[in-house]
Amino acid sequence: MKQRKLFWTAAFLVGAHLMAGLAGFFAPYHYAAQDRLHPYASPSLPHLMDCSGKIHLRPFVYGIRNKQGSFTDYQPDCSAQMPVHFLVTGEEYSLFGLIPSSLHLFGVSGPGEINLLGTDAFGRDQFSRVVYGAQVSLLAGGLAGVLAVFAGVIVGTISGFYGGVVDEAAMRVAEIAIAVPSLYLLLAARSFLPLEISPLMAFLLVISVIGLLSWARPARLVRGLVMSARERNFVLAAQGFGASKSYVMRRHLVPMTFSVALTQLAILIPQFILAEVVLSFLGLGIGEPFPSWGNMLAEAQQYHVLASCWWMLLPGLAPVPFFVAYHALADALQKKTKVNL
Amino acid sequence: MRSIRPITPSFLLACLLLPASLARPEGRQQDLLKVSVPVGHPGGVLVVSQSSEPKTLNPVVAVDQPSRDVIRRMTADLVHINRATQKTEPALARSWKSNREGSQFTVELRRGLRFSDGAPFTADDVVFSFQVYLDEKVHSPQRDLLLAGGKPMRVEKLGPYTVKFSFVAPYAPAERVFDSLAILPRHLLEQGYKAGKINQVWNLTTSAEKIAGLGPFRLKQVLPGEKLVLERNPYYWKTDSQGQILPYLNELIFLTVPSRDAQVVRFRAGETQIITQVSAENYSALLADQQTGRYKLYDAGPGLEYNFLVFNLNDDVKGRLPAIAQKQTWFRDQRFREAVSLAIDRAAIVRMVYQGRGVALATPVSPGDKLWFDSDIPIPEYSPEKARKLLQAAGFSWNSSGALTDSSGQPVDFSILVNSGNVQRSQMATLIQEDLKKIGINVHVAGLEFRSATDRVLNSHDYEVALMGLGRGDADPTPDMSVLSSDGDIHLWNMGEKTPATPWEAEIDRLMRKQQVTPNYAERKKLFDRVQAILAEQQPMIFLASPNILTAARDGLENVRPAIMDNYILWNADELFWHTPAGKH
Repeated sequence: MKQRKLFWTAAFLVGAHLMAGLAGFFAPYHYAAQDRLHPYASPSLPHLMDCSGKIHLRPFVYGIRNKQGSFTDYQPDCSAQMPVHFLVTGEEYSLFGLIPSSLHLFGVSGPGEINLLGTDAFGRDQFSRVVYGAQVSLLAGGLAGVLAVFAGVIVGTISGFYGGVVDEAAMRVAEIAIAVPSLYLLLAARSFLPLEISPLMAFLLVISVIGLLSWARPARLVRGLVMSARERNFVLAAQGFGASKSYVMRRHLVPMTFSVALTQLAILIPQFILAEVVLSFLGLGIGEPFPSWGNMLAEAQQYHVLASCWWMLLPGLAPVPFFVAYHALADALQKKTKVNL
Repeated sequence: MRSIRPITPSFLLACLLLPASLARPEGRQQDLLKVSVPVGHPGGVLVVSQSSEPKTLNPVVAVDQPSRDVIRRMTADLVHINRATQKTEPALARSWKSNREGSQFTVELRRGLRFSDGAPFTADDVVFSFQVYLDEKVHSPQRDLLLAGGKPMRVEKLGPYTVKFSFVAPYAPAERVFDSLAILPRHLLEQGYKAGKINQVWNLTTSAEKIAGLGPFRLKQVLPGEKLVLERNPYYWKTDSQGQILPYLNELIFLTVPSRDAQVVRFRAGETQIITQVSAENYSALLADQQTGRYKLYDAGPGLEYNFLVFNLNDDVKGRLPAIAQKQTWFRDQRFREAVSLAIDRAAIVRMVYQGRGVALATPVSPGDKLWFDSDIPIPEYSPEKARKLLQAAGFSWNSSGALTDSSGQPVDFSILVNSGNVQRSQMATLIQEDLKKIGINVHVAGLEFRSATDRVLNSHDYEVALMGLGRGDADPTPDMSVLSSDGDIHLWNMGEKTPATPWEAEIDRLMRKQQVTPNYAERKKLFDRVQAILAEQQPMIFLASPNILTAARDGLENVRPAIMDNYILWNADELFWHTPAGKH
């Protein structure tokens, strides 16, 4: 039962990450492609029945046209039926930034577009942006998570193994790191960054700051674990046989912390995904035109969006399945670790 | 919500009679100003939201908009600019005469007027007020406008109700600079001024009886962080055509509601009754429920705000910021600037950012400025093809991946600095980014919060191109000198320039100086038209668009006549009244 839960959550996460990695294929359009005639278009859902009541076997979407005197109110245009096709050629993109391709999972033939989640203020396809945005948000979570846990394991192991002054010093620094209000630090850091660095670089830098500021909690956990482990017989025996300190740490202590580190990672990643969403929401994350779930959601702060464009809130739901999956994974890993111990 | 007592007829009668009887002490002749507006009835409360709490109630030092909005309801000026006609009209000055050159003005004041605390108003108050504004030690933001040819004006009292203002040189906009210069009560402020503490008086903790002005309202109460209550000034000096003393409203309440979106929500919930400025998107959202929501939306047309891209042409970045200095070789080429301008789709900006409620610009002057707009200057067309040709002629070329490169083969890219808190400007930057990609220029949009962004533009000059907006203070060219003249305080593209860097900047300087001393409007207009033509040709700033002034007011509020000069809707607060019986609101 537990094994199956672990398997399914892991399978979901691998699949979802793969989808984000292959965003170019799953997204029908490029994330920055603007359709200046159709800002704030509502989601166009595929139909099987047309305006005259006729059933079609191939799903289709209707084109839209502006309502009289409005730039953002549309009505479906029954005369413009656009059938949905699968595996179509469209805009060029590169898979993982390496392999050029123009194959998309789906698309429509005709002059209009299929916007499963509507369009934003620039007429950009929200669905494509959510898929591409996953790259940024998930990468942010993963990267910051690995950084934090990596730093945490190193500091925790050294601190727990040596004890005494080293331990005292490391743990006080850890307390300071926990107490620093990271949001203010980021606000300050962002305004000092030079403007000419690309938004991607600025973003990675911000993420590194979050990751490096969050090493303290995993470090404290690892320290406790190492402290108890260094008294165990096989560690003492290794030292008795003349093993060096670094050998003992590398060979015996660090491997023991792996399961805890992995669990910590599964807990921290969703936190950092959320941190990225928050930062981008506040305009500190990745810049236009790159999408992330946070900067897409930032648009929904505006009254008119809240009042009349509900689909602009959908990016807020995107992280939910990931949170559930990561927490389930952390849960399963924790239970598994307990059994093994 | 506070409940409001229904007003009894006797109270109503008192409201009508009390001020009139109080304002006519000892049977002295009073010079009241009769205004011809639809006659209303007195009473009622008007609640309006403000983006932040006023920082001060002191007219001498106030610079922020919320403070000015409140102060201007509590004070009056000698000569006032009618927001609807954009022309000057008499206010506390009953009449004025100028000499032929336009350097001296003799002002006849209204007689028998009283401050809101009952103290009489005389020429001494006027002389005192200008003494304070002109005092260098006070650092009043109004002082600059009172200088002509670099020298302050002289103010002399000729009689109890006559004052003479003399400038060292003819000063064309002289009448207009009196607008919004609040006349201060000497009896309340002279002591503080003499003690050198004029900057500290009249803050939010000052008690209401120590503050008095000649405006339609006076201070009643301040609840810090929450609201500021003004009440009707019973000594006000304007009447309607039936002789009723204005203002009609009993109270004017300013609520602090920080975000524009929250202001809309509060308005929809009925907690406020007007919105001073609605964004175009919110306007569209509100438009749908206009009937059921029982409010009216007003579009006053293009305002005096102009949004633009400014290239960093500051000389002081040489050596200090080599990366920017290198890019300046492109920015200094007029053809490069013009190509960027041609590649920007201004119509798309108006349509997508302002939902069609705005206008594209060729110069800083929008068609909303009735007196100074030059319709002969065409809006730059949107033509990436022409932009490419121009770039080619200027020695630029495109590499195999389509990116624009300069003559030394370096790819052309730059960052656009924008205040990330301003949604409209951020949207413009994203549109421009996409537009410039079409001519092979790679643009980074760098959003920073307001303070960091303005600090880079005004002080450190550490930016490449910035997208900003400025509001023209008045429908007159003289305040524009701070931006356009090479020695101006906010001469954005090259701050702190000692001598004009180019012949065309020298010509702008000359024309702007000349218009300032030319009394004849038609001649001044010709001079300023030429300035606009130079700006449109040289494009040190690429003028983009100007939003319409959009406002909203609840049904039943009458005499609402939104204008494009500040305060868009409260400028005639003394004339506003509730159509429904008083007290309902």
